[in-house]
Amino acid sequence: MPFLEFSNVDYSYPSGDNDYIQALRAVSLSVERGEFVALVGCNGSGKSTFARLANGLLLPDGGAVTVDGMNTADKSKLYDIRKKIGVVFQNPDNQMVTTIVEDDVAFGPENLGLPPNEIRERVDWALDCVGMREYATSGPFRLSGGQKQRVAIAGVLAIKPELMILDEATGMLDPDGRKEVLNVVKKLNREENMAVVMITHFMEEAAEADRIIILERGAVVANGGKELFQSPEIFTHAGLDLPVYVRVAQKLKAGGIDIGCPLSVDEFVAAAKGALGKKEGGA
Amino acid sequence: MRDVTIGQYYPSNSIVHRADPRFKLVILILYIVTVFFCESFFSFGVMTVFVLVTILLSRVPFLKVLKGLKIIIVIVLITTLLMMIFYSDTSSKPLAEWGIFHIYLNGIYASIKLAWRLLLLVMMPTVLTLTSTPTELCDGLESLLSPLKKIRFPVHELALIMSIALRLIPTLIEETDKIMNAQKARGAAFESRNPFKKIKAMLPVLIPLFVSSFRRADDLADAMDSRCYRGAKGRTRMKKLRCHVGDVLALLFWCAVTVFILFLKYNWLGWGFVTVLGL
Repeated sequence: MPFLEFSNVDYSYPSGDNDYIQALRAVSLSVERGEFVALVGCNGSGKSTFARLANGLLLPDGGAVTVDGMNTADKSKLYDIRKKIGVVFQNPDNQMVTTIVEDDVAFGPENLGLPPNEIRERVDWALDCVGMREYATSGPFRLSGGQKQRVAIAGVLAIKPELMILDEATGMLDPDGRKEVLNVVKKLNREENMAVVMITHFMEEAAEADRIIILERGAVVANGGKELFQSPEIFTHAGLDLPVYVRVAQKLKAGGIDIGCPLSVDEFVAAAKGALGKKEGGA
Repeated sequence: MRDVTIGQYYPSNSIVHRADPRFKLVILILYIVTVFFCESFFSFGVMTVFVLVTILLSRVPFLKVLKGLKIIIVIVLITTLLMMIFYSDTSSKPLAEWGIFHIYLNGIYASIKLAWRLLLLVMMPTVLTLTSTPTELCDGLESLLSPLKKIRFPVHELALIMSIALRLIPTLIEETDKIMNAQKARGAAFESRNPFKKIKAMLPVLIPLFVSSFRRADDLADAMDSRCYRGAKGRTRMKKLRCHVGDVLALLFWCAVTVFILFLKYNWLGWGFVTVLGL
């Protein structure tokens, strides 16, 4: 049984008096333990609605969302569901409950009713994971955007969820901040075997994931591994940009040099070297 | 706008910082009551010395505390001035008079005491917020008010609301600045001399501020729900409040100060030198 499962989920929210906007239509997808999934789509594709449905902040109009076998519609299970699924939101300023970094990280484990020494251990561990231990006693207002978002991640991490959903958590950050957050998330997925769903519209981030799910106007239009980048039309159709390396590779291909589908600087360099070497060797 | 000191913690590891917030709160209340019993310059002097010693012990720069006083300085000046010109003393001759205003020597004394009292009243709470984090204060308050839980008073919720309010003050100030700049860029005039125009110009700032505050509140509620918050039910604390001998001694010391000030005021034993100091 998959860890998180959406089966045939519909969700619409009111807009105006008698009008509704269909945010998700018949969405069926699942996330397994330890997986790193990127959920992409342009504005209004239903990405954020997905995050809120996953931990029961919203309930589906039709279909069902289950987490580890528990239905989010069952109110008595919500607390247990939220222990298993952590969500990091877009604006780090709106997620801080207190004025001191370590107190904020402690908020989650305090809600779980853990004994004080265990909370202390978890807070220290979570801050170590995101590399913010040295800022433990400072106020969040002295931190940069990327640092604040790392604190927000630590706050979710301290609950020790099995799946972390990042709802455009890098959306308000500069490129350095985005890199900081992405590195932390990758490390958690690799070393702590935590499943990650990264909701984003930065394709460079999506290219890091094991699996990519594309949403378009509330429906899943693609769901697969990195091979999705081989068929660029899926992305452009959904209103998304391709990663810059893929775009360059496409142009090169049009010009007669096939370097495949590189997804990072290293892959690109290796592929380009290979292709050039072959050309020279052939000539 | 950025000089609002309340809710601004000054990190340090002084004995005042480390003290139990519950004791700090009780001492603050005791202190405020005591200030109201101060009558003579001598008793004001005694209180001032103890406040200064507290600031010294807290290792908070004195300027930081003064910044906290900035917001009330206007109120202090106005009330002092009014006190001075409207004070009436039938037993002595006025030092000066213009029309209905008379200035008496006792009036000057009374207004100096008023200003002194107000400053003393604001200084200690400022020291408290500079030396305790909002979390500590709210935990302390929650613990002190916990007997009220018996009558179903939502103590935990009240403490949490307070802590979030304190935490949002700097965020909202920043937001106000941003909106004001955005409105200025659209040609709004906040620098008008006319106070009515000035108030009217603030309206386009207040409305977006309200809207964004509600949005923030929604976001924060979602983030809290997502982090397993369900009220006081089953909640524990990372930092347990612990009182030390020093806290008890500090409380006893301030009790002694209170008794001393009361003694100066009422002079139960009718000692002559007390009458002199009590002027």
